[in-house]
Amino acid sequence: MASRSAVAPPALQSSRIRWGELVIKGMLALCALVSVATTVGILIALLQPAIDFFREISVVDFLTGSEWAPLFEPGSFGVRPLVYGTLAVTFVAIAVAVPFGLGSAIYLSEYAHRRTRKVLKPTLEILAGIPTVVFGYFALVFVTPWLRDIGIQVDIFNALAAGLVMGVMLIPTVASLSEDAMQAVPDALRHGAYALGGNRVHVATRVVVPAALSGIVASFVLAISRAIGETMIVLIAAGQQPTLTLDPRRTVETMTAFIAATGNGDVPRGSIEYKTIFAVGLTLFVATYAMNIVATRLVRRFREVYE
Amino acid sequence: MKQIAFRGVLLLSLSVALVTLGTLLFTVFQDGWGQLDKTLITGVNSSDPHQAGARPAILATIEMGLLLLAFVVPIGVGTAIYLEEYANKERWYNRLLEINIMNLAAVPSIVYGILGLAFLVRGLGLGRVLLAGAMILTLLVLPTVVIASREALRAVPNSIRQGAYALGATRWQVVWRQVLPAALPGIATGSILALSRAIGETAPLIMIGALTYIAFDPTLLGPFTALPVQIYDWISQSDQDYTLRAAGGIIVLLGILLVLNRVAIFVRNRYQKRW
Amino acid sequence: MSQVETMSESPAAPVTIGDVAVQQAPAAEAFDVRGRDVVFDVQDVTVSYDDDPAVSDVSMKIYKNLVTAIIGPSGCGKSTFIRCFNRMNDLIPSARVDGLIDYHGTDLYGSSVDPVEVRMRIGMVFQKPNPFPKSIYDNVAFGPRVLGMKDDLSGRVQRALEQAALWDEVKDRLKRNALSLSGGQQQRLCIARALAVEPEVILMDEPASSLDPIATTRIEDLMHGLKENYTIVIVTHNMQQAARVADMTAFFSVETAADGAARTGILVEYDSTKRIFTQPSDKRTEDYVTGRFG
Repeated sequence: MASRSAVAPPALQSSRIRWGELVIKGMLALCALVSVATTVGILIALLQPAIDFFREISVVDFLTGSEWAPLFEPGSFGVRPLVYGTLAVTFVAIAVAVPFGLGSAIYLSEYAHRRTRKVLKPTLEILAGIPTVVFGYFALVFVTPWLRDIGIQVDIFNALAAGLVMGVMLIPTVASLSEDAMQAVPDALRHGAYALGGNRVHVATRVVVPAALSGIVASFVLAISRAIGETMIVLIAAGQQPTLTLDPRRTVETMTAFIAATGNGDVPRGSIEYKTIFAVGLTLFVATYAMNIVATRLVRRFREVYE
Repeated sequence: MKQIAFRGVLLLSLSVALVTLGTLLFTVFQDGWGQLDKTLITGVNSSDPHQAGARPAILATIEMGLLLLAFVVPIGVGTAIYLEEYANKERWYNRLLEINIMNLAAVPSIVYGILGLAFLVRGLGLGRVLLAGAMILTLLVLPTVVIASREALRAVPNSIRQGAYALGATRWQVVWRQVLPAALPGIATGSILALSRAIGETAPLIMIGALTYIAFDPTLLGPFTALPVQIYDWISQSDQDYTLRAAGGIIVLLGILLVLNRVAIFVRNRYQKRW
Repeated sequence: MSQVETMSESPAAPVTIGDVAVQQAPAAEAFDVRGRDVVFDVQDVTVSYDDDPAVSDVSMKIYKNLVTAIIGPSGCGKSTFIRCFNRMNDLIPSARVDGLIDYHGTDLYGSSVDPVEVRMRIGMVFQKPNPFPKSIYDNVAFGPRVLGMKDDLSGRVQRALEQAALWDEVKDRLKRNALSLSGGQQQRLCIARALAVEPEVILMDEPASSLDPIATTRIEDLMHGLKENYTIVIVTHNMQQAARVADMTAFFSVETAADGAARTGILVEYDSTKRIFTQPSDKRTEDYVTGRFG
């Protein structure tokens, strides 16, 4: 090997700035700005017509009024029936998705053998991949008649069928993200706990789940948000009749169904009906956004950091 | 005893999902199998439910899917790389960026439809065209891709980066040659899942005018409909025969998605690492 | 009850630490640093994280083609200090380096100095082996590839693996995944990886602490051979190891501030290994090497 001391003292100065690196960083930042532009776009798209709307209809009337009939002469613009409709469906959906989703995730991550996982995970993913319009079909064509068969008096369009189906639809959302979070917990942690004498229940519930908590709670949030913002299932199966009730057996109209039903038609651009799309849209947006903030705080508070 | 009970509860959770899935598929196939004829795939919509076809819808769905991948993967992965490998996390604007993406993931799809309606269709003057549909779907699933990619990047152990830096690699070299290849399976899986979701989306497309009677093949800048929208259209007709036809359309849609799902699973099973 | 024997001139005189007789490797003979090239001239270097000094006011010289060991109790900033030499502390946003590190006449932290160039010449091996999830070949070839040393890549890889005493074991399976190697082999792979870019200096941060004794011995034997062509700085918490492999030894310790809160690492004594272990000048050194504390 050539004598190293013969090499001249190395010149460390590099006056060339690595331009390539700067350009790349710039391009990557630009990608990140797309998401900023999206948010700005959404805010402008919602706020501009909504502010117009609230010049004609007072915010108080909008939020507290109990009748929603914008197309009547004179129209009623109380949004509560739409909100109730959304809530009725969402409650049912979450009652299904959260427990069953998390349970599935724990099973898949901590209990299932490799072979079982290989079969079950794809199956759950199939469920996740089914479009909402298909679930809507199922709710209308099967679940509603089935509910009647087992003695629950539901209307043809009702929140219960939509909610149940939506809940099942959201199980993979909860399960998949929770399971990914649990998988990301290093094996060393599990082995350590087992070595200390823990059993599987212990390790799963007291070691893995807390370590993965940020991911798990994030999955719940995503599920709730999707439930509130879900359109097709409710559009098809829950109805288009705004009703001030939380009884899931009745026909309702959710905020999303209203927006979709009104937005697709050719409503004249400047009209008050057109603006209701944005007013309700803004309400929807604010509701989901507020929830998201709560959830983010929750995640931060309960996060356990390893490493 | 507690162990067995716990395990039983977990299995019950799983079975709820599986049983429902089975019932759903059975219902769809029972109704729709008889509808699978050539016309459904090669024909166009018609006032006779037995002759109604979904070719324009199918073509539009495929085109939008391809456009979507071309848009969302570079932007989404680029964003993820920026946030994970380049951004100084102490800076307020980077933290805001992160929060913004998490929030966008929680925004309902119909709001993206509103965005599309306001800006692309009426604002930018693009009109109710296929390209607008692709763009809106891109924005819709972008947060999902970013989040999945970030998780994949984060899963790469820091010791790998340290080792690469210590050898004199620049930041981009470390990312491009070590981190990204290691994170690729997770990124690929996330992207394919995002694509699957986008293909099944109906609400945003309704908002930008895809719920129309289309009897011709779609072009990039022309009117269009998509397969899920076409299905919805048939379901909402009062004629029950259309509902059955919709079931046929559903089978076609599920077929497309099944293929995509297979690819995603293949990638994940073949390449996933446990560190 | 000091067990330290007085140093004698005879090379075979046994040195004990505690009750254990320490093998003195030939390289730990008394020698003269006068006239040796200085690789690093460290002057009053302090490293702080978020304004909390982790290691303060260190001044010492690292000499060419010697093995220099840095020993001391945990928390005295040994790893932090060694990471200054290849500017790895740059990767930590809250870290700040004050003082001067002169490398062959150039300020290592000068404004026009490129950290990439620094790391090209000053390599590092980490405490826990960290091979890339790629083939053995690609692991060793990574450095040359990113630094543009594309000529005779296979030759470079082979030479690096030979120098790391790993070639014979892996020459038939270069395409295999590096993670399939044992811990000791992985560490030697990491050494080969560092050698492949032909650095001048190799920094080793407790390279054998996660390895079994046999693997440890192989790494130590490696160091004797490597120092002919490289300058080696090694951090170790194992005193016997330092006595076995190092020519010069620096003893760091922890200084607690007056209020008892801030703990900073400081350099206590720096001398030939033989002196450090047989005739330390500072009482703290003597206490540490005789096992009274630390």
